[in-house]
Amino acid sequence: MADNDFSNTAFHQYLAEYKLMGAHCEACDTLYLPPRPMCPKCFGDDMNWVELPERGELIAFTTIHIAPTAMIEAGYGRDNPYISGVVRLENGLSISAQILGLDANKPEEIMIGTPVKAEYVERGEDEAKKTFLAFRAE
Amino acid sequence: MTGKRLNRGVAVVGAGMSKFGAFPGLSTRDLFVQAFQDMRASVDKGFDPNDIEALYIGNYSSDLFEGQGHTAPFMADWTGLAPRPATRIEDACASSGVAIRQGIIAIASGLYDIVLVGGIEKMTDLPTSQVTDTLATASDMLYEIPAGFTFPGFYAAMATTYMHKFGATPETFMKVGMKNHTNGALNEKAQFGTTIRKVMDGKIAKAEARGYPVPTWEDELEFLHDDRANPVIAWPMRLFDCSPISDGAAALLLVSEELATQFSDTPLYIVGSGQASDVALHDRDDVTGLRAAQLAGKEAYGMAGVTPADIQVAEVHDCFTIAEVIATEDLSFFAPGEGYQAAESGGTARLGSKPINTSGGLKSKGHPVGASGIGQAVEIWKQLRGQAGERQVPGSPTLGLTHNVGGTGQTCVVHIYERR
Repeated sequence: MADNDFSNTAFHQYLAEYKLMGAHCEACDTLYLPPRPMCPKCFGDDMNWVELPERGELIAFTTIHIAPTAMIEAGYGRDNPYISGVVRLENGLSISAQILGLDANKPEEIMIGTPVKAEYVERGEDEAKKTFLAFRAE
Repeated sequence: MTGKRLNRGVAVVGAGMSKFGAFPGLSTRDLFVQAFQDMRASVDKGFDPNDIEALYIGNYSSDLFEGQGHTAPFMADWTGLAPRPATRIEDACASSGVAIRQGIIAIASGLYDIVLVGGIEKMTDLPTSQVTDTLATASDMLYEIPAGFTFPGFYAAMATTYMHKFGATPETFMKVGMKNHTNGALNEKAQFGTTIRKVMDGKIAKAEARGYPVPTWEDELEFLHDDRANPVIAWPMRLFDCSPISDGAAALLLVSEELATQFSDTPLYIVGSGQASDVALHDRDDVTGLRAAQLAGKEAYGMAGVTPADIQVAEVHDCFTIAEVIATEDLSFFAPGEGYQAAESGGTARLGSKPINTSGGLKSKGHPVGASGIGQAVEIWKQLRGQAGERQVPGSPTLGLTHNVGGTGQTCVVHIYERR
């Protein structure tokens, strides 16, 4: 992998190593998740990879019953809903991810602010195998 | 405040739409012809279509929905307007709201005097799962969709945060849906020309006729809480919280202000226009409002020199019921956290203090995504000209607003219309 392209491909290659990585702008000292090749704040492109904290809290969520094709293929759907959410990491950065360890059939019991920790979920086989970022309720 | 200004004024002198719904066998160009003819019939003094100089066509994804790219020239051809320049505008579900703005900019620049703006979408040929996948491409395919999100899911996530922050409940959103179905029942162009009460009574009658166990719903809210009658799509958004999958087209005739009275004695002047973009949902500080809608609203209000309180009727982008509540706050009709209270107390009903989505909104009228923005303008055209029939807002309104959102608010466009 080109370790300086700050692409989605590179991000996923880190996920496959069970690492949650963001990009740091060396010019204005700003962190980004998802990683980016150019800093939207100062327009500089002196970026570096930084390992991000794996703990955070749930700031928005839903339980999804009508699933997209990719999640149906992963075994989810009307009879097996799942949770998607937005997680704010300890350092303030936020990211979308599947949320594990909570009951998708009892959404009324899921709390905004639930502490979560990163988990790396592998789907697909052989060349189609890909690692996805998820968070599990602690 | 130094608001942005147009170099010259622009007016709407004709507005029309196809019926929104599911129309097997009709393509976007067939539907656009219907909208074009409906628009022509609405031009009070008539006009020669040959006078149109250019077209801007909003279309989200005919490529995936009907296997047709490069749609704008086909719309020009089927309406007899080739070889005039025809440009497709794609900004997800805000495509035709942005097409209006591009038409305005083209006229204000002085390049053209008479422009046709349109919106088209043909969604019902695909099975629901593929429609879901196609709509998903309007969000971040690299960082949001791998999390399992769907469009109902994004808005549902805004809803859970909104409920947590302000104390709204799923019933709040159900009431928005009930209100919009009540309005849509009075709109002959709506996909669902019926109230929730009638849907419920219809299901009871059907069960009785077939000898099935007869449901015992006490009222509409109990019906809407029934997991079988109103299944969860993405909690707390249920089926009746979601706009439908639709086919449809809509069109407006825009002319420079000085030409307006040659076409109509009661043109609508576009006094405000605003547009903004935003980052992905997870990159926002706040997910209980759409910053792009707030900015587009401010720009439009500033250009028009009016305040939110001056707006007498508005069509807002209720792709999901939560989206309507958020829209009424982003446009400053209500303070943050108070929009849901207005929805619950009837303040946004057709006869309320701030009538919202008198057409039935996207929820009941239908949401052929690329046509929805101009569909909203068609309703404001009718309301401000006193032509909305049974659903006419009382008091002869002269100032109306449209609010059109793309994706999760990564595009928002607002227009303000005035009858003088």
